[in-house]
Amino acid sequence: MTAVSAGPALLEARGIAKTFGRVTALSDATFSAYAGEVSAIVGDNGAGKSTFIKILSGALMPDGGELLLDGAAVHFTSPQDARDHGIETVYQDLALAPALDVAANLFLGRELRLPGPLGRLGFLDDRAMRERARREIDDLHVGLSSVQQPVFTLSGGQRQAIAVARATAWGKRIVIMDEPTAALGVRESAMVLKLIERIKNAGLAVIMISHSMPEVFEVADRITILRLGRTVRRMRRDETSMTDVVAFMTGASVEHVADIER
Amino acid sequence: MSRTVWAPSAAQAPPRNPFARSANLYIFLVLLALVAFFSLISPNHAFFDRGNFINIAWDTAETLLLAIGETFVIITAGIDLSVGTVLMFSGVIASWVIAQTGGPPALVSNGHFPNAVTAIPLGIASGIAIGILAGLINGTLVTRLRMPAFIVTLGVFSIANGLGDLVSSGGAAGQSAIPPIPDSFANTLGNGNLIFGLPTLVVVAAFIALVTHIVLTRTLFGRRTFAVGSNLEGSRLAGVPVGSHVVWVYTLAGCMAGLAGVLDLARFHSTDIAGHSLDNLDAIAAVVIGGTSLFGGTGSILGTVIGAFIPTVLRYGFTIQGISSFWQDVVVGAIIIVAVLFDQIRRRGVT
Repeated sequence: MTAVSAGPALLEARGIAKTFGRVTALSDATFSAYAGEVSAIVGDNGAGKSTFIKILSGALMPDGGELLLDGAAVHFTSPQDARDHGIETVYQDLALAPALDVAANLFLGRELRLPGPLGRLGFLDDRAMRERARREIDDLHVGLSSVQQPVFTLSGGQRQAIAVARATAWGKRIVIMDEPTAALGVRESAMVLKLIERIKNAGLAVIMISHSMPEVFEVADRITILRLGRTVRRMRRDETSMTDVVAFMTGASVEHVADIER
Repeated sequence: MSRTVWAPSAAQAPPRNPFARSANLYIFLVLLALVAFFSLISPNHAFFDRGNFINIAWDTAETLLLAIGETFVIITAGIDLSVGTVLMFSGVIASWVIAQTGGPPALVSNGHFPNAVTAIPLGIASGIAIGILAGLINGTLVTRLRMPAFIVTLGVFSIANGLGDLVSSGGAAGQSAIPPIPDSFANTLGNGNLIFGLPTLVVVAAFIALVTHIVLTRTLFGRRTFAVGSNLEGSRLAGVPVGSHVVWVYTLAGCMAGLAGVLDLARFHSTDIAGHSLDNLDAIAAVVIGGTSLFGGTGSILGTVIGAFIPTVLRYGFTIQGISSFWQDVVVGAIIIVAVLFDQIRRRGVT
C-alpha cells in the first residue's frame, strides 16, 4: 500500500498557459506534486507535456497562471532560478558531458574549488568531488566501479543513473524527470524505476513524464492527464485504471472533462 | 534482495581517459622516431646537435603559442582561423606604437629611440591588447550573435590582414613604412638569451605551455572548456556560464596571437606581412596532430606541444638531408590526415 499524503502540495501549478506565436501549447494546465510522492504527467503527443515540464523547471516562463512553491507564488526565470529553489531536472537528453568523467559530471556547473588561495585562482578540488560523487552514486546503489570513468564509456542506463544522481545530489526538494526511461531497454528501465522509488522514499517530490502506462502505474502515486494543453483529469493511481487513463489521454472519455478535480 | 541496482561488467571499467592518454603517447613516439631517424641518417649525425635542437625549438615556439590558444578553442568545438593575421597585425601595431612614442620622428627613422624605455613596454602592451581585442570580437560574435566560428574568424582573419597592410604601408597619410624596432628590444626579447642559453621566445613558450597545461587540467577554466566542447546545451542547463566562457576562450587565443606577434617582431625586427597569413593553418595542424578532436571535448596542451614540433623536425631533417622543403608540406599533410583518421576511429567508441 502506498500512503498518499494529504498535506499541502509542495509544488502547485494553476491554470498555466503558454503560447508560441499562434500555437497554443498550454491553455489551462493544473497540477500538484507532494513530498514523498511520484506525480506522473501523461498525455498524447502534442498534449503540452514538454512545455509544461520546461515551465516547472524554469526553462520557459508561462504566459498565464501561477506556480506555487509551498503555497507561495514563485516566478522562475531560468533553470538556475528553479535550482536555487531546490528543483532539479533530469532532461530527456540527460545534459551530461560525455567526455568528462562521472565525478565531473555530477559537479558540472557546481565545481568545488580547493580551499585557500589556489581555490581563488580556480584550482579544482577533484579529490573532494570524487569522494562526494562516490557517496552519491553509492547512496543510489548504482554499481559503478569508478567515478573517474568518462561518461561515454557508460551504458545508457548508467548514464541515466548519473543524471538522476546529479539531480538528487542537488535537488533538495523536487526532482523532475522527462521521459526517464525513453532511451532504455527493459532491464535498465526497471533499474531507473527503482531509483525513482528510492528518491521518493528519501522524501523528495518526484515529477515524472512518461509515455509508458505500465511504468506510470508501477511508480506513480498521482497521475495528471494533459490533453491539448489542458489538464483533463487528476487522480490517484489506485483510483483508476490504465484503460481509463488512455481514454482520457485520447479524448475517448471527453464527456468527463467537466469533472476536473479542483 | 540485491542492494546493488546494477554492476558494470569489467569491460565497462576502463582506466581514466584512456584515449587522450594513448593518443599523446603515440604521437610522442612518432616524434621520437623522427628525431632518431634524422639523427641516424644525417651526415655525421648533424641533426643530433644541441644547436640544431635549439633552432628547432626556436622555430616551433611561435607556432606553439598560436597552437596553445587554438587548443582551447578547438576543445570547445570551435575554430579560430584569425590567429595568423592577428599575430601579424599585433606585431605591426606594436612596432607602430614604438615608432610613434620612441622619440622625435627624425631620430626614430634613423634607428635612435630616446624614449625606448617607455616606448617598448607600450608597444608590447598594445600588440597584446590588439590580440585580446580580436579574440573578444571573435568570441562575442560567436556566442552573442550565434554566428559560425569558421565564418567569424575568417572575417577577422581578412580584416586583421588588411589593417596590418594599411598601417605598415602608411595608409592614407602616405607615410613611409614603419622604421625597424630599437636594437634593445630585439636583443632582449628577440635574440636575447634568458636561461640555459635558450632563446627568450623558447623560454616564454615553454612557460606558457606549462601554465596553460595546468589551467586546462586542474582549474575550473579548463573543466568548463571541456564541458562546453563535450555538450554545449547540457553544460548550459547544468549551470555553466557557457556564453562568457567561450568569449574568454577566444580572448585567450587572441591574447596568445598578440603575444606571438610581439615576440615575432622582436625576433625579426619587423613583421613579415605575407609570411604569417597561413600561420593559422600551422597552429590548427599542430593541435590536430596532437590529438585534440575537432569535434570538441578532448585534447591536451602536451599533445599540442608534440604536434607543433613534428612539422619543424621534418623541415630541419629534410633540409639537412638536402630534400626539398616542399616535401615537408606533403608529409605534414599526410600526418594531419592520419591524425584525424585516428580521431575518427577513437570517436567511434565514444558516440
